[in-house]
Amino acid sequence: MAEPSPAALQGGLLLSGGLRPVQPGGVVLAARGVSKNFPAVRALVAVDFELKAGEIHALLGENGAGKSTLIKVMTGVYERDGGDVVLAGRIIHPAHAGEAQALGISTVYQEVNLIPTLSVAENLMLERQPGRFGFVNWRRLRADARQMLARMGLDIDVSRPLGGFSVAVQQLVAIARAIALNARVLILDEPTASLDREEIDLLFAVMRDLRAAGLGIIFVTHFLDQVYEITDRITVLRNGQLIGTYETAELSQIDLVHHMLGRQLESASHRRKRPATGAPAADLVSVRGLGRRRLMEPLDLEVRAGELVGLAGLLGSGRTETAKLIFGAENADCGEVRVAGAAVDTSSPRRAIRAGFGFCPEDRKVEGIVPELSVRENIILALQARQGWHRPIPRAEQQRLADQMIEALGIATPDSEKPVGQLSGGNQQKCILARWLVSSPRFLILDEPTRGIDVGGHADIITLLRQLCDEGMGLLVASSELEEIVAVADRVAVLRDRRKVAELSGEAVTRAGIIEAIAQ
Amino acid sequence: MNGLSSSRNKAATAGEPGLVAGFLRSRAFWPVLVLLLILMANAFISPGFFEVTIVDGHLFGSLVDVVHRGAPTALVAVGMAVVIGTRGIDLSVGAIIAICGAVMAVLTRDTGFSPAVIMLAVMGTGALCGLWNGVLVAFLGIQPIIATLILMVAGRGIAQMITDGQIVTFHSAFFEALGAGHFAYIPVRVEVALAAVLLLALLLRRTALGLFVEAVGGNAAASRLAGIEARGITVFAYVISGLCAALAGIIIAADIRGADANNAGLWLELDAILSVVIGGASLMGGRFYIGLTVIGALTIQSLTTGILVSGLPPQYNLIVKAAAVLVVLLLQAPRSRALLRARLGGLFGGKRHV
Amino acid sequence: MFKSFFSERTLPLAATILVCLALYGWGMIQYRGFRDTLVLGNLLTDNAFLIITAIGMTFVILAGGIDLSVGSMIAFVGVLIAVLTRDFGFHPLAAAFVALVIGSLLGGAMGWLIQAFDIQPFIITLAGMFFLRGMAFLINLDSVPISHPFVDAFAAFRIPLPGKGWLSASALVMLAAVAGGIVIAHFTRFGRNVYAVGGDRASAALMGVPVGRTTVRVYALSGFFSALGGVIYAFYTASSYPLAAVGVELDAIAAVVIGGTLLAGGIGFIAGTFIGGLIQGIIQTLIAFDGSLNSWWTKIVIGGLLFTFIVMQRLLTRSFVGLRKAA
Repeated sequence: MAEPSPAALQGGLLLSGGLRPVQPGGVVLAARGVSKNFPAVRALVAVDFELKAGEIHALLGENGAGKSTLIKVMTGVYERDGGDVVLAGRIIHPAHAGEAQALGISTVYQEVNLIPTLSVAENLMLERQPGRFGFVNWRRLRADARQMLARMGLDIDVSRPLGGFSVAVQQLVAIARAIALNARVLILDEPTASLDREEIDLLFAVMRDLRAAGLGIIFVTHFLDQVYEITDRITVLRNGQLIGTYETAELSQIDLVHHMLGRQLESASHRRKRPATGAPAADLVSVRGLGRRRLMEPLDLEVRAGELVGLAGLLGSGRTETAKLIFGAENADCGEVRVAGAAVDTSSPRRAIRAGFGFCPEDRKVEGIVPELSVRENIILALQARQGWHRPIPRAEQQRLADQMIEALGIATPDSEKPVGQLSGGNQQKCILARWLVSSPRFLILDEPTRGIDVGGHADIITLLRQLCDEGMGLLVASSELEEIVAVADRVAVLRDRRKVAELSGEAVTRAGIIEAIAQ
Repeated sequence: MNGLSSSRNKAATAGEPGLVAGFLRSRAFWPVLVLLLILMANAFISPGFFEVTIVDGHLFGSLVDVVHRGAPTALVAVGMAVVIGTRGIDLSVGAIIAICGAVMAVLTRDTGFSPAVIMLAVMGTGALCGLWNGVLVAFLGIQPIIATLILMVAGRGIAQMITDGQIVTFHSAFFEALGAGHFAYIPVRVEVALAAVLLLALLLRRTALGLFVEAVGGNAAASRLAGIEARGITVFAYVISGLCAALAGIIIAADIRGADANNAGLWLELDAILSVVIGGASLMGGRFYIGLTVIGALTIQSLTTGILVSGLPPQYNLIVKAAAVLVVLLLQAPRSRALLRARLGGLFGGKRHV
Repeated sequence: MFKSFFSERTLPLAATILVCLALYGWGMIQYRGFRDTLVLGNLLTDNAFLIITAIGMTFVILAGGIDLSVGSMIAFVGVLIAVLTRDFGFHPLAAAFVALVIGSLLGGAMGWLIQAFDIQPFIITLAGMFFLRGMAFLINLDSVPISHPFVDAFAAFRIPLPGKGWLSASALVMLAAVAGGIVIAHFTRFGRNVYAVGGDRASAALMGVPVGRTTVRVYALSGFFSALGGVIYAFYTASSYPLAAVGVELDAIAAVVIGGTLLAGGIGFIAGTFIGGLIQGIIQTLIAFDGSLNSWWTKIVIGGLLFTFIVMQRLLTRSFVGLRKAA
C-alpha cells in the first residue's frame, strides 16, 4: 500500500507540479476564513478547517450546518465568496470537481458515481484507458486495474460488471478510482450509510491503510460509533459556523452531541400538558418489532389516541426510515402494526391509508407534491384516492375544502387553481399537510413538518398539531429540531444509528434528556 | 407555451377585459391560433376552402372533408393523450387498428352476428390489446416505448393471420352507414367519434380518473403515497387507448368496406402523438387535454388536406409534418424556451429604453 | 472463468446463440435443403442490409437512445444513388460516398437536436423518419432501376463456399461492417464511452466522459450504418423505390434486442446483433421452407421472441441493477 503505482506517480508529477510534499502530520488541506452566501442564506461564515496528512478527520453537523457546502467549496463545485483554500501550502482556486481532483482532492459520495454495467476494470480506468490513437489496450487495462485494487487488499475479478458486486465493493472501487491519480486528500461523504457491519470493517481497513500511506481523509458520517471508531479528530459545524475542532479521544459523546445541536436554555413553558381526561387512553397504533435489514433495526412503538409521539435523533439515525416503514412506503421484512389491538396490513401506503393512516413525507418535491396539479387538486388527492375513482368529490365541495385549508393553514397562493409547483417550499408543505387533514386520518405521521417553513408558519403548524391531538388524533412527528419535539411531544422515541435506544415520557421529555439518550 | 408574456402584452395594449384576455392567456390560445392560421392559409391557396354546400342531403366541402378524415385520427389521439398523461406512449395503436379491422371484417363476412355484437367483440379485442400493453408497462416495469413496440411488430402479423393474408371485404348496411353515411347532414363517423370523445371526456372528468391519471403522470411516487393505485391507473390508460384505436379501426374498415392488415392505420400513431403535442401536452406527462388534442388532430388533417388542395404533390405532406413536429418540440423544450425568453427579454428591454 | 462467461452481461448473448443454433439445427433436421451452405450464403446476403443497419442501431441503443429513422434512411439513400447515377452521371461508388456522408450528417444533426435541446430521441428520430421518407418521395416518386456496369458486377460477384453456397459482395460488406462495429464498440475509447453513457449518464459525465459529443457521434454513426445499409440494398436490388424498407427500423430494433443488447442501454454486443439479424433471417427461411405457413408468421414469431427477450432482460436487470438501486 505504501508506494503508489508508477501511473499514479507519473500523474502526480505531471499534475501537481509546484506543490510541496507534505510530511505526515503536516497540514495538507486548509480552509481559512471561508465564507459562502446563497440568496437569503449564509451557508458558511468565515470557517477555518485544517486537515493533516495521515489523519482521518470527521466533519460533523446537523442539517444545514454547512458540511456539504464546505466540501463543495474545497472541491471547486461552488465558488467561495471569501477566504482561502490552501492545498499543501498553496492557495488554490479549482473551477470544478475535475480540477480539484487533478490537484489531488478526490471525493467519493454515498451514491456510488460509477457505471454499474461496465466492468470493474473499466470503471477504474474510464477516460484514462491505456492505449494509443483512441484504441484501448485491454490487457494492460486489466493489469493496471488489478494492481490498483491489490494495493487496497481487494482481490476480485476485474472483468465482471461492477453492478454485480456489493455496495461496499463498489464503494472501494470508487475510492480506488479516486486515489488512482495523485490524491493527497480523500473526502468520503457518508460512505457507510448503506453498508453491513462486515462491509464497514472492510472499508475501515482500507481507510486505515490509506491513512498510514499519508493520505488526509475527511470522513462525513451520521454514525457516532463510527466517528469514535476510526477518526483522529472531529470538526463540528453548526449553522454555517465553526464550533470547533477536537481530538476524538478527548471529546465525550455528550459534549459532541451538545456541540452539534447547540446549547440552548430549556424553555419549560412550551411543554405540552396532557389534558386531564382521567384514565390513559388505550393504544391506538402499536408497532411490534418492525424493521428491515440494512434499513432499520426492529423497533417497538405505541401511539395512543390524542397523543403526540416524537421521533428524535441525529441526521441519519433512522427517523425517516421508521416513518416510512410504519406507513408501508418501505416494505418491512419483520414485525407487525396493530391498530386498536387488531393487526392491520400496512404493506403499502394504500393499505395503510385504508387503516386510517396519513403520512407527510420529508422530501416534498420528490414524494409530496404533484407539481403540475393545482393547489385544490393536490389538497383533495388523498381523500379522493380513499373514496375511489367512481365517487368524485363534487367540484363545489373540493373548492370548499381547498379554500378552508388555504384559510386555516395560511397557504399563500393567489387562488386554489395555481399549480403547486409554483408555490414556495413552505406553502407546498402546507398543501401536503392540508391533503391529509381533509382526509381526516386516525393516525398521522409527519416527517419534518416544519422544515423550510418561516417562523410564523412554524408556530401555526405547532398550534395545529396540538389541536389535532386534542381532537383525538394520534400523531407521530419525526423532527431534527429538538425544541420542536420538546414543545409538542407527550412521549419521545430516541433513535441512534438506525436503532431505537430510549423512550422518554412526561417530565423526562427535555432537551437534555434527549441528548443524553442519544449520546449514551 | 412561451407566449405567456407576449399574450399578456397584447391583452394590455388592446385593453380588452374579461373573456378575450382570458382566452389569450389560456393554454387553448396557441393550438387554436395555429389551427386558424392553417385554415386561413388553406383558404388563401384555394379560395373555395371555406365553402360548404348541401349536396344529396349532406354537407359538402373542404372543411367537412377535414372533419370527416380527421375523425379516426382524433379518436386515436385522444386515447394517446391519456397514455401520454401517465408519462407513457403507445406505439401500437396502428397495429391495434389493423387487428380490430381484421376481426370486424372476418366476423361480418363469416358470421351472422348482429352489428352490435360484432362491435362489442371488436371493442373487446381493442381493450385486450390495451390490457396487454398496460400489464407490460405497469406490472413488468418495461419502458412504454419498448412495451408497445412488441405489439407494433407482432400486431400486423396477427391481423394478417386473422384475415389469412388477404384484404377481406364485406357487405353490411350498418357498417357502410357508419363509414360513409350521413345523419342530419353530417357524416355518421364524425358523430360517432364525437360521441366517443365526449363519453371519454365525461368518464375522465366527471369521475376522479382524470385526476388520478394526471397525478400518476406528474409524480408517481407522490401518488402512491397519497393512496392512488398507480399501476391500475396506468393499465386503465392503455386500455382506453386500445378502445379508442378499436373504434377508429371500425370506422376505417367500415369506410373501405374491408380490412387491409398491411395499411390500415399505418403511421397513425405518429399523427396521434403529434396531435397530442400540438394540443399543448408535454411528452413528460402530468396533464392531458382532450379538447385540445382534438384541435391538434384537426390541425394535422387541415395541413394534409391543405397540401392536397393546394396542388402540391402529396409527398410534401411527410416533410411538412416532420417540420411541424420539430417546431412544436423545439417550442416546448424547456431549454430552447429559456433561450428564447432570454433573447426576447433582451429585445423588449432594449425597446423600452428607446 | 465459466462463471464469468455466464455473467449478467453475457447471459442474453448466450441465450441468443442457443436460439440461433436451435433454429438452424431444427431446419437441418427438417429440411434437406437447410444442410446446404447455399442457405447460409443466402441468409448472409438477404439480411446484409438489415444487419448493417442494426449495427448502427446497436450503438444508439447501447447509449440509451433509439433511432426510428433508419428505414426511411435506406429508402432515401437508394433514391439518392439512383438519381445521382442516372441524372448526374455519378459513378455508383461516388454516389455511395455522397450518400454515406449525407447519412452521417443527418444522423449527427438528429443527435445534436436530441443532445442540445434535451428532447426524447424517439420523437426526434420519428420526425427524421417522416422527413427522410418525404425527401425520398420528393427526389423521385417511382421505382428507378440503377443500371451501371459496376452495379451489375457488384450483384454478380460471388466467392464460392464449400458445398453449393457462395458469399456475395453484400455479405462481404456486411461481415466487414460487423468486424468494424466490433472494433469500434470494444476496442476504442469512443466505443467504451458509448457503453458508459448508456450505463449511467450522470455518472459518466462525472467521470469525465464527454456525454454530449458521444451522443451526437452515436447518432451520426447510426446514420452512417443505415446509409451503408441503403447502399447495399440499392446495389443488391439494382433499383430504388421511395417506399422501400418500410418497417425496417422495427426489424433492426428486434435484431438488436434479440441479439442480447439491453434496451435500457449499457450492455450488449455487436456480435449479438449479427446473430439476432440471422435469427430473423432463419425464421423467414424456415417459414418459406415450410410452405404451409404464411409470411405473417414471421412477424408474430419475431414479436414473440422480442417479448421473451425483453421480459428476460427485465428479470435480469431487476436482480442485477437492483443491488445498486437498493443502496
